[in-house]
Amino acid sequence: MKLQISTSLALYSVLEFAASPGHQVSAADIAAKYKVSTHHLAKVLRELVRADIIESTRGVGGGYRFRANARRLTLMDVIDLFEDIGGRTGGSRHPAGSTDVGRALGVVLAEIDDIAKATFRSITIGTMLKLIERQGRAGEKTQIPPKAARRN
Amino acid sequence: MTESPPAGADLRVRPVEAADLDQVIAIDADITGKTKPDYWFELFHRYGASRSRQRLFLVAEAGGDIQGFIIGEVRDWEFGSPPCGWVFGISVRPGARLAGVATRLLEAICTGFRHAGVNEVRTLIARDNSLVLSFFRSQGMMAAPFIPLEKDLR
Repeated sequence: MKLQISTSLALYSVLEFAASPGHQVSAADIAAKYKVSTHHLAKVLRELVRADIIESTRGVGGGYRFRANARRLTLMDVIDLFEDIGGRTGGSRHPAGSTDVGRALGVVLAEIDDIAKATFRSITIGTMLKLIERQGRAGEKTQIPPKAARRN
Repeated sequence: MTESPPAGADLRVRPVEAADLDQVIAIDADITGKTKPDYWFELFHRYGASRSRQRLFLVAEAGGDIQGFIIGEVRDWEFGSPPCGWVFGISVRPGARLAGVATRLLEAICTGFRHAGVNEVRTLIARDNSLVLSFFRSQGMMAAPFIPLEKDLR
């Protein structure tokens, strides 16, 4: 499963904003953290503003602020703004798609898309923030303490 | 979904009793649109009355009313998998949702599963049931290493 760059950027950004509700986060900070061009990021953020997921704040220290309900907004809601998962694999735009083999392959790919969409629909931004926290804790536990690392 | 918190400190999770069944049936009928008394009496007989450590049928009660219920069991070596807890039914009265009732029910049944000696809990949800899928996801549940399959026998 691979998402388009804009979609991934949108998800990273939404999660960054949602992790600091009520606070302004600058586009430059996100661009630096995820090593992406501010120009590309700006386009993505404009789309998120249009969808009312974030709002831009002006003036000194201006940036963006999370505006949606993290317990209701799902990954699919964000993904839908940037790409059509079912449209990539389930269709038969290529001439081979109308053959028996093409149609059979289409059935399998559509099945995969359906599972992917159900997964994205079932995970809210709030759930993702909890998952990120758990991943962070798990990462801390598996890190080798500096002294032990030096001995090795 | 409406928001009307009945829970908080008043909420008590306990094993189901025969006297609870009418409310359990009513909650299920309210959600599914089908009244299934025979099914629920059978489930009570198998999961409620036996008081087995392997089979759990719990209700959440607040203000003298049943707000929700959860049913599950420990399944041994199903499809080659070591014993684990399965949740196969959970419902919360629509007016009592978003108040942590289902979370308390799931916590209680997981405690029961741990006492029964298992370390994992699983469930199976229809792909289009985003409400319940989202709930289990919010509780930290992830995709299991199984793929459900079916075939039309007509």
